[in-house]
Amino acid sequence: MTATTVTAAAPLAGVDRDTFHLIEQDGHDGGHSSPVLLGFWIYLMSDALLFAALFATYGVLSTSYAGGPAPRDIFELPLVAINTAILLVSSITYGFSMLAMEEGRTKTVLLWLAVTALLGISFVSVELFEFSKLIAEGATPQRSGFLSGFFTLVGTHGLHVTVGIVWIGLMMVQIGQKGLNRINKRRLLCLSMFWHFLDVVWIGVFTFVYLLGMMR
Amino acid sequence: MSAGTDPELHAHGDEHGHGSRKSYLLGFALSAVLTLIPFWLVMTRPGVGATAIVLIVILLAIVQILVHTVSFLHVTTTGEGGWTLLAYTFTGVLLLITIIGSLWIMYHLNSNMMPGMGATSEANSTL
Repeated sequence: MTATTVTAAAPLAGVDRDTFHLIEQDGHDGGHSSPVLLGFWIYLMSDALLFAALFATYGVLSTSYAGGPAPRDIFELPLVAINTAILLVSSITYGFSMLAMEEGRTKTVLLWLAVTALLGISFVSVELFEFSKLIAEGATPQRSGFLSGFFTLVGTHGLHVTVGIVWIGLMMVQIGQKGLNRINKRRLLCLSMFWHFLDVVWIGVFTFVYLLGMMR
Repeated sequence: MSAGTDPELHAHGDEHGHGSRKSYLLGFALSAVLTLIPFWLVMTRPGVGATAIVLIVILLAIVQILVHTVSFLHVTTTGEGGWTLLAYTFTGVLLLITIIGSLWIMYHLNSNMMPGMGATSEANSTL
């Protein structure tokens, strides 16, 4: 342990970010490979708890219509089905980009990232269209507890997707400039987790908000 | 898995990262089916009871989350030395406590404290 610390500390003065993970290279404790990836995973889990709080809030408020519209009156399942399909396809296109990264094919990575970003933009566009339609019908966030919870939960997810799209754009610039170096690969892995995590959250949204809402 | 054999490949070795084309396609196919069924059930309401539909939809969502976790997020017992799985399980427990706990508390609060009901024990005894 001491030996590891010493060898890692020695080049610290001239450390560039590629050697930052030197300490992890001895492959101790069975494949715990990068503190960045694990740390990012922990961040995602804390984000999951944030969503848990929003799901709980929505669950508590979901029948407080205050005389306003109920889910059955305002939700359009075909629109939700389209959005679900878009997000699901974007998950596999991101997966293809990761496979291309493994094979070191920079152009293919960029192509699949672009496709993923376009799908993400379509998703957000459909969602904004849905929101504007609801608001035009008078189903605004202020109308009832149910609608407050709905807009907060679905809007937070949409905001995450928007951040993901910006991140994909930044990664495309980074890869265009620096290529598939180790840092960019690590960032792409973090972004991969982020993107797939959002798809998992969407499963909860389309199930508990839309599908079960229509069953009420 | 070849992690640890080549220092250059170490950090993002097979065990964390990417899965294979096959695992991605399999996960995608499963997810598509697990999405189509609940939408079809709710939109067409074939001759099944509403309670049955609700239960099936919830069950399929749980299965789909697990499919995504394994084939897209690559959470396995060996990934990152098991730490991702540990954090995932821990988060899952907190998530269930938060959601089910909130619904449970608020359900009883709503049932017992409706306006005009007062705090009389007769009103509550129906529960």
